Amino acid sequence: MSDKVLMKGNEAIAEAAIIAGCRHYFGYPITPQTEIAAYMAKKMPKIGGTFLQAESEIAAINMVYGVSSTGKRVMTSSSSPGISLKGEGLSYLAGADLPALVVNVQRGGPGLGGIQPSQSDYFQATKGGAHGDFHMIVLAPSSVQEMADLTVKGFDLADKYRMTTMILADGTMGQMMEPVSLDYEIAAPVEKPWATTGTKMERKHNIVNSLFLAPDELEKTNFERYDRYKKIEETECMYEEYMMEDAEICVTAFGIAARVSKNAINEARKQGIKVGLIRPITLWPFPTAPYKKAAGQVKEIISVELSMGQMIEDVKLATECKVPVTLCNRTGGMIPSPEQVLEAIKNAAKGGTK
Amino acid sequence: MSTTNMLIAGFGGQGILFSGKFLAYKGLTEGKEVSWLPSYGPEMRGGTASCSIIVSDEPVGSPIVSNPDVLIAMNLPSLDKYEDAVVPGGKIFVDSTLIDRKVNRTDVEVYYIPSTQLASDNNMPTLANMIIAGKLLAVTGEFEEESVNAALKKVISAKRADMLETNLKAMQIGAEN
Repeated sequence: MSDKVLMKGNEAIAEAAIIAGCRHYFGYPITPQTEIAAYMAKKMPKIGGTFLQAESEIAAINMVYGVSSTGKRVMTSSSSPGISLKGEGLSYLAGADLPALVVNVQRGGPGLGGIQPSQSDYFQATKGGAHGDFHMIVLAPSSVQEMADLTVKGFDLADKYRMTTMILADGTMGQMMEPVSLDYEIAAPVEKPWATTGTKMERKHNIVNSLFLAPDELEKTNFERYDRYKKIEETECMYEEYMMEDAEICVTAFGIAARVSKNAINEARKQGIKVGLIRPITLWPFPTAPYKKAAGQVKEIISVELSMGQMIEDVKLATECKVPVTLCNRTGGMIPSPEQVLEAIKNAAKGGTK
Repeated sequence: MSTTNMLIAGFGGQGILFSGKFLAYKGLTEGKEVSWLPSYGPEMRGGTASCSIIVSDEPVGSPIVSNPDVLIAMNLPSLDKYEDAVVPGGKIFVDSTLIDRKVNRTDVEVYYIPSTQLASDNNMPTLANMIIAGKLLAVTGEFEEESVNAALKKVISAKRADMLETNLKAMQIGAEN
């Protein structure tokens, strides 16, 4: 225990990124993720890295594109409205097959919304995030330790598959402090023969580009990208199951909602209700296997979300609607209470809301 | 197996987050599971600032404390806002310099500490927060010098090491009042 330090989730992300070898950070301040930029501003100059506060979110994501083209590890972070501004850049990164780490510490929306925690960017994160056929790997931490762990993992995945990894957190995860241990074995950097690092007159030019005017050529890049996505779906799904062995009711939630749900599940268990939790850690690829299993086991799945119900659609797809899937939610910056989730569990135990 | 849910609330600038961080670190140095969650946003400028701290023998679920076992109220709006949320049998610590009313609840333990006055009398005007934290630890029998010192060292930066002694003294003043 003694080697653990208390860190805010935002700081844990920043420190983990540095440990993972990221030396380039570009961002623009926005609550509730500004601590990431503040931490980078303090640390990067001391370790020979670059911290740059860009003139806008759009500028920052395009700086990410530039650095990523050279093969270096690079990141940006923002919160919901700022991520929307980065949308164009996210699509260009995908079109050019560039690795990057993008952090979204979500706040309530739509529009400028509020600054309190939210999960209402689930659709945006998991269904592409901008125009064109593409995905990002989306990781959903549920503790400060995972904020750090998934940042390190996120860089590896981004490099391995040449795509953006998004850390999808929320205001609570960003602001809270918990004990963290930052003891990582960092893997050797992946070879990036495609990077634009200068030919030294020894090889042909590398070109990083997302413009393909010939439709058959563009189609081919999309087909190839989706072959890669298929492999990711098969091999990279991560999730946690909690008390699912004998569960008759399944709660499913990610991030802060999963923590609230665990309180409710523990209380429900004390009252004799057999209930468990499926917590997806990768939101894309969405881990369908535990849901398929749950569909043949439980009588109801309750999706607990800080949104009007977004992940619930993936749960319904994964279970092929074989069991009723209901929503237990708050939105706009509000967080469901353990009591609210417990009520939903008790209701399901009584026969539910079919 | 025990869990203590604490809520510290007052004005921004009273050191609410600092004393919360101290209590979290104290739990950590004792090998407990801990979480610390601040309120953030416009309410911190002039209104109530608050901070949820959970210290537990088990992994912490939700870090949000809506029904505290321990409430430290350092201004009147905080007492008004959170008094009814405290669990029956819980403890409320009131800065009686700044809060001139009594606690209405009869099913909780209440401690009135004139911490802002004590801080001013002892020439440590910014440490009312630590005086009241000292009282809390004295009441709960958790004023162990070793972990208190260890936690103070974690929350006070090396550059301000001279403040260690003053913070400890503030806590002792709280414990004795």
